[in-house]
Amino acid sequence: MKSLQIPKSPKVLVGVFILLVFIVLTVIGPWIAPYSPNSNSFIPNLKPSWTHWLGTTTLGQDVWSQLLVGCRETMVVGFIAGFAATILSIVVGLSAGYIGGRTDDSLTLLSNVFLAIPGLPLLIVINSYLPSGEQANPLVIGFVIALTGWAWGARVLRAQTMSLRNRDFVEAARIIGESRRRIMFQEIGPNLLPILASSLLFTILYSVGIFTTLAFLGLTNVSVWNWGTMLYWAQSNNAALANEWWWLGPPGVAIALVGTSLALINFGIDEFINPRLRASGLSARGRRKAGVARRPRLGYTPVMRTPSPRPAAAVVAPAAEGIVQ
Amino acid sequence: MKMLLRRLGVYAFTAWVTITVNFILPRLMPGNPIQQLIGKLTGRVTPQMIAAIKAQFGAGLNQPMYLQYYHYLDQLIHGDLGMSITLSEPVSQALSSQIWWTVGLIGVAAVISFVVGTSLGVLFGWIRGSRVDAVIPVATFLQSLPYYFLGTILIMLFANRYHWFPLMDAYDPTINPGWSWAFIESVLRHGELPVLSIMLSSLAGWMLGMRNMMITTVGEDFVLMAVAKGLPRRRVIWHAARNAILPSIANFALAIGLLVSGSLLVEQIFNYPGVGNLLVNAVGNEDYPLLQGIFLLITFTVLGANFLADMLYYVLDPRTRTATVN
Repeated sequence: MKSLQIPKSPKVLVGVFILLVFIVLTVIGPWIAPYSPNSNSFIPNLKPSWTHWLGTTTLGQDVWSQLLVGCRETMVVGFIAGFAATILSIVVGLSAGYIGGRTDDSLTLLSNVFLAIPGLPLLIVINSYLPSGEQANPLVIGFVIALTGWAWGARVLRAQTMSLRNRDFVEAARIIGESRRRIMFQEIGPNLLPILASSLLFTILYSVGIFTTLAFLGLTNVSVWNWGTMLYWAQSNNAALANEWWWLGPPGVAIALVGTSLALINFGIDEFINPRLRASGLSARGRRKAGVARRPRLGYTPVMRTPSPRPAAAVVAPAAEGIVQ
Repeated sequence: MKMLLRRLGVYAFTAWVTITVNFILPRLMPGNPIQQLIGKLTGRVTPQMIAAIKAQFGAGLNQPMYLQYYHYLDQLIHGDLGMSITLSEPVSQALSSQIWWTVGLIGVAAVISFVVGTSLGVLFGWIRGSRVDAVIPVATFLQSLPYYFLGTILIMLFANRYHWFPLMDAYDPTINPGWSWAFIESVLRHGELPVLSIMLSSLAGWMLGMRNMMITTVGEDFVLMAVAKGLPRRRVIWHAARNAILPSIANFALAIGLLVSGSLLVEQIFNYPGVGNLLVNAVGNEDYPLLQGIFLLITFTVLGANFLADMLYYVLDPRTRTATVN
């Protein structure tokens, strides 16, 4: 399992930290909110102050409380959709890539169809036919989003499975007589983990984005608080024209921070998969610490290696890796 | 050529799936949305309109499904998308008057951000490891800003506070639309901020993707060879960039879908006319014929754009041509 360690680059650490903060807020947000998000008994249009950390809205509601309460639904829908879509893409991608033949053809066609149909319009159409009670159900919305968002992951997983399928270790497992399912999930599966993780992050990112977009357009239940509905109310009350940055800003920045944290973690995974990207993200000091002598330039792409148990390799590394094939 | 034909087949199939989904959804959804709609509309619109909706969605006609499907396809082939409930004009007419705004705005923004973003990516991939790498976290953050948020902030700052750009609309409502210079100038002026906002949010993606590909490509032997031959720096970058750009073009297909989704928001935020604005209103008014027509139009446009991207890929990458021989 040593090879599955996530690189400890500052990018990844920052990303994980931000994401953890939001996950904690998802759990405790509604409990620590100082006021009810619906209460409109405050003075409207207050700038941020000690009593109202993020000010109040035109409707006299507390922005900080709305942000805390809204965190839960935003994150829950994003994660439900992200996980559901990833499971779908594993099933489709892995079986298409491993079984091949006609199964592959039809599954690839299926994912190509879903890739080509634009997600948001499809989502809007499905959503508008849903009974109005179901439009507020995070589980239903999550699954509908997953339905529109699994295809990309499936395509990437299929490609990787196909390249793994003919490697020697899989061949060996087949000769030993391991079952097809065992080869798929025990032999090939673990080798797909980095790509899987990256596809999961990407799908959660997509889901959070598309869910808040739906909510912003007022197409979900606008009386339930999430970051999208906060922006919906800000937009419909012309917060931009009244220069109410404290109302518009927080939900948008929160969504962006969640997105950035996922992207940063994804960078780490990218660098883990592709060693050529690893050293290029380092500062001069980081490079020196990692034992990479020069900054990357033509014909020389430094590749960082984790210290190997054989001391000789570490000494040779910088010079020998001067030219990467 | 075979590869292009196969892609064409996939798109034709996708188009058929879209058409069929459009047919099935209102009929199989729990809660019978069409029946409810007819209930709500009765007495508010003309009986002909109710009859048209019934005919289009097969509600209360007790026709077998396959006959309904046949009628539906027959209507589509003749370009009949039904009557819009709220606009009381044929859906196809409403769409044809609005689509050019969307195509113009999104098309211009997409091309500019692809060209600028990819060029920046080439540059940053070439000079990687220098101080310029600080753009990466900034670009990542820009990319994760939800588009509608970015758009609203831009309006707040540059249109509302500093008055550098007009606030909203596609042109000055006091000018008569037509081929006059004043009108064209007004359209251009009003298009600047929307285009800028789309650029800001989609440019980062192109840039980051291209930079990563460029770094990978620059490590290849043929780039080193190009330098060893003594080619001028510019030619070397050109060599590498041409090879690194292929995944970006393949991604263009995916991006078109995202951009179209984005257009729904642009139009909402800037009060810009177009298909997205129609769509949001159609949902709000439960105007199902209009909703369906827009969905078909958007999907077909995206499919067409995808095919164009495929053709471009075919022209640029000789390997796709030789692969068809095997």
